Order: sequence, then C-alpha cells, then structure tokens
Amino acid sequence: MHRFVYADNSATTKLSKNVLDAMLPHLTENYGNPSSLYSIGQNAHAAIDEARRIVANALGANKENEIYFTSGGSEADNWAIKGAARILAKKGKKHIISSKFEHHAVLHTLNALEKEGFEITLLDVHEDGLVRLEELKNAVREDTGLVTIMFANNEIGTIQPIAEIGAFCREKGIIFHTDAVQAIGNVEINVVDMNIDMLSLSAHKIHGPKGVGALYCRNGIRIENLIDGGAQERNKRAGTENTAGIVGLSVAITDAVQNIAARNEKKKMLRDRFIDGALKIECSRLNGDREKRLSASANVCFEGIEGESLLLWLDNKGICASSGSACTSGSLDPSHVLLAIGLPHEIAHGSLRISFSDENTVEDVDYILEVLPEIIYKLRAMSPLWERIKKEEKGE
Amino acid sequence: MYTELVMDHFTNPRNVGEIADADGIGEVGNAKCGDIMKMYIKVENNVITDVKFKTYGCGSAIATSSIATEMIKGHTIEEALQLSNKAVVEALGGLPAHKIHCSVLAEQSIKAAIADYYTRQGIDPTLIVGEIHECCHDGECGKE
Repeated sequence: MHRFVYADNSATTKLSKNVLDAMLPHLTENYGNPSSLYSIGQNAHAAIDEARRIVANALGANKENEIYFTSGGSEADNWAIKGAARILAKKGKKHIISSKFEHHAVLHTLNALEKEGFEITLLDVHEDGLVRLEELKNAVREDTGLVTIMFANNEIGTIQPIAEIGAFCREKGIIFHTDAVQAIGNVEINVVDMNIDMLSLSAHKIHGPKGVGALYCRNGIRIENLIDGGAQERNKRAGTENTAGIVGLSVAITDAVQNIAARNEKKKMLRDRFIDGALKIECSRLNGDREKRLSASANVCFEGIEGESLLLWLDNKGICASSGSACTSGSLDPSHVLLAIGLPHEIAHGSLRISFSDENTVEDVDYILEVLPEIIYKLRAMSPLWERIKKEEKGE
Repeated sequence: MYTELVMDHFTNPRNVGEIADADGIGEVGNAKCGDIMKMYIKVENNVITDVKFKTYGCGSAIATSSIATEMIKGHTIEEALQLSNKAVVEALGGLPAHKIHCSVLAEQSIKAAIADYYTRQGIDPTLIVGEIHECCHDGECGKE
C-alpha cells in the first residue's frame, strides 16, 4: 500500500472531529423541530441562535440577524444575486457587474437573470488571475445596482482586491456581493471593514458538513425570498432548519478563523514547496499570481498531457487532486476559469489543482513530487501532442 | 465511473508506441478538444501483423485505443474495417455516456491508418474506407 494524500480541499474537506462531536447530539437527542414549543425543539432553537451569533462574529458582522442559514454556497449565491437583483429592478437598476471566472453558481445565476431582462457585464480576468478595479469603475453605469465578485477563485486560488471593490461600491451606492466560499478560513475577512454587503459561504470547505452554508446580508439590504414557506430565518428562507448542520458550520467557522496568519504560514510553505517542485517539470506553468493566492492552493499546467488521465494516475498512487480539463468538467471545453485567464484549450486541458489543508504534511508534498514527474513522463511518452511539441521545439 | 477493464487498459495500455516502418499511419482528433489518437499499422498479405498507438487524452481515450489495437491485430484489413465503436465499448464492458466519443475516435483512427495504407499503395481509399471523421465532437469544435 502506498501513501494516501488528500490534496483536493478546494473541492471539499474532511469533517473535523470537533465538528462531528458538536453535531451528533443534534442528530440524536436534540432532534426536535426548532419551531416547536417543547424543550427538545427549544434546545434546537437555542443552538441555532448561538450558531448564528458565532457565524456573525467570525465574519465581523454587526448583528447576528444579518446571518441566514442556507443549504450551501450555491443557494447563498443564487439567493443573494437573484434576491437583490429583483428588488433593484423595481428601482430601474437592471445592470449587474461580475467577472468571467466566477463559480457557476454565480455565472449561471446571472445567465438566468439575463433571460429575465437584466444586463450583465462580465469583467475580464487578467493572466495573473485578478480583476482590475479600474475596469470595474469603467464598467459602472447609471443603472448598475449590483456587483458580485468572488473573494478567491476556486480553481486557481487567486484573491481579488475585495476591500477596494467594497469601498468603491459603497461610495457609489452599489450593492456588493462576494462569494467567499474558498476564502473563509484562508483570508482574514471582516464584512464591515471591507464594505461587503452580502457574502456567501459554505461549511464543507472548512471541515464542516455538506449541505449547509450561510448568507451574510447587511441590515438595510433588501432581497426577495428564494424559498417561500414557513417562517424560518425570519420569514426569509423557509424550511425546517438543519440544526446539526448549522451547529456544525458554527464550529467549523470558529476553528477556521482562528490563528489564520500562523496557519497560513504552514500552508504556504507546503504550497510553495509543491509549486517549486512542480515547476521543475519541463513545459509547466503556474496559473495565476504567485503571491496573491490562497495559502493552500496551486494550479499548474503540464503541456502535452490531458488532466483526467493525470488524475486517474494520481488516484492510482493514492493522491486525490483535481483538474480543469474538458473531460473532468464534463463538457467540450476546458475550465472557463483557465480560458478566462487566457490559456489556450490545449494547455488548459493539462491542468492540475492541488489544494492542501492544515492536515497535510511536508511528507505529503514530497510524495506528490515524487510521483508526479513519473506520471507526466509516462503520459508524455505516449502522447502524439507531446511528440509534436518537441518536434516544433527542434524546428522540425 | 470506469469499469475494471477500462482501468486495466488505461494503466497497462497494450501496443503503445510507434512502428518505424509502418505501412499506414492514421491520426484523428485535435489538441483543442483534448484528444488525439495516432495509429501505426504493419500489413502483410492483407493481414494487420502489427499495430501500435500513441494517444493524448483522457482515461477512456487511452483505454479505447489500447483495446482497439488488440481487436485488430492479426486480423485482415476487411475485418479491421468492420470494427465499430460499439464493439469497442462492449469489449471494455461499457463507457460513461459522455465518453462514447472516445470509442468513435478509436474506430476512426484505425480507419485513418488503413486509408493511409491504401493511399500508399496508390489506391483511393474513400470507396473502401469511407469518410474519416477527424474530430469526434459532431463538428462542434474547430480544428486547430
């Protein structure tokens, strides 16, 4: 048996023991409906209140009633954007600005709004994986009501100038939403200081359970309901609360925002060790700015090979990672993120994303770096594309 | 996602490589779509005596080309031309729906190698081999 290395923490993370322990009583004894009057219902209600306070605190929010629990990051994105846009439309503000490399939960939501008559401007993302504040300023119109820019990209890990965008939007009176699913626990976030009006987050990216997330929505920002029904979440989001999940999220975020700076030092060391090693492989490149990136995430392209076969071989060696190739995206094109930063299709097909967590070790990185070159040489040896690249190099 | 047999052909591909003095070489697919297959055949007395392949692509692209070489090696050209992508899929114990195009590429790469063989013999291959589809994605993607 060889080593098992989980290096796909941008996809999801392992549930932590702390989180599991906090969740269990709410799946067993405290199973009451939080809307019920009897004690096991009220216990659940109290646990949710406490979780809301914890999440608000972790984000630096002014009030706990600015936190709404959702089924995850995608719902939070859908709700924030559709909910705010439909209110803004009534004031004649039907223009929304976003970027080309947002998560599909944002991009597809914007597509849906476009069909409803909204106008969408998607900012270019530069080769460094960053949007430019100047270009955002230039894109603003009289009828711009909403800006939604992700905090950190899920594929290449680059961190956007969120505080600057927040300050600009606040000054212009434009609502600013950010999808912070990847950033929570990796970047210090304060929604007040950063002038963020709405923020989406998800529990399972920070060692919490799947199926639960939250939307921070600043008091004073009006959004339409996405899910109508009961009076949960102050009449804004119906459905019996996922008590265990919500408690799990609160414990996960508490752990995630602790000692971020110190934990980032360790993760950065692992990340940089991986990047340095991977870039020693011939015809490779790092995608996105080297510094302005998540502490634990790196995306590298290797020419002449295709990402899915690379992932299958890594899996064969006990390593879990991901790729933005067409074959792994399930569509004809490789990842829209890699195309947005200007990579040609054939290079984007050969991408590898490695994302670490606090649990990874130097030995994990060294094992990846031991296995990776062998796999790439093997795949290149049988690749007619690689043969062509080498011939072109020689000028044949 | 993949059957054991697909994974077996992916991790231990049969007949990988090139044939220096090949009698026919066929290449289909393109880098933009993420898969290229190149087939080399050696023909003696109308029988494919040797076949090698090189593939750039995903797991099923490698597995389909590998099993396709096994299915034509030692067979006559007519038999090789009968090889359908369905037969390749069945031989592998199935492929996920979005990977079926890989089996089409495998079939087409063999046809392209045979067409090249006929061309080298001074015979127009179109009537015998039919039209070769160099890209498998229904023309949705542009050639390089």
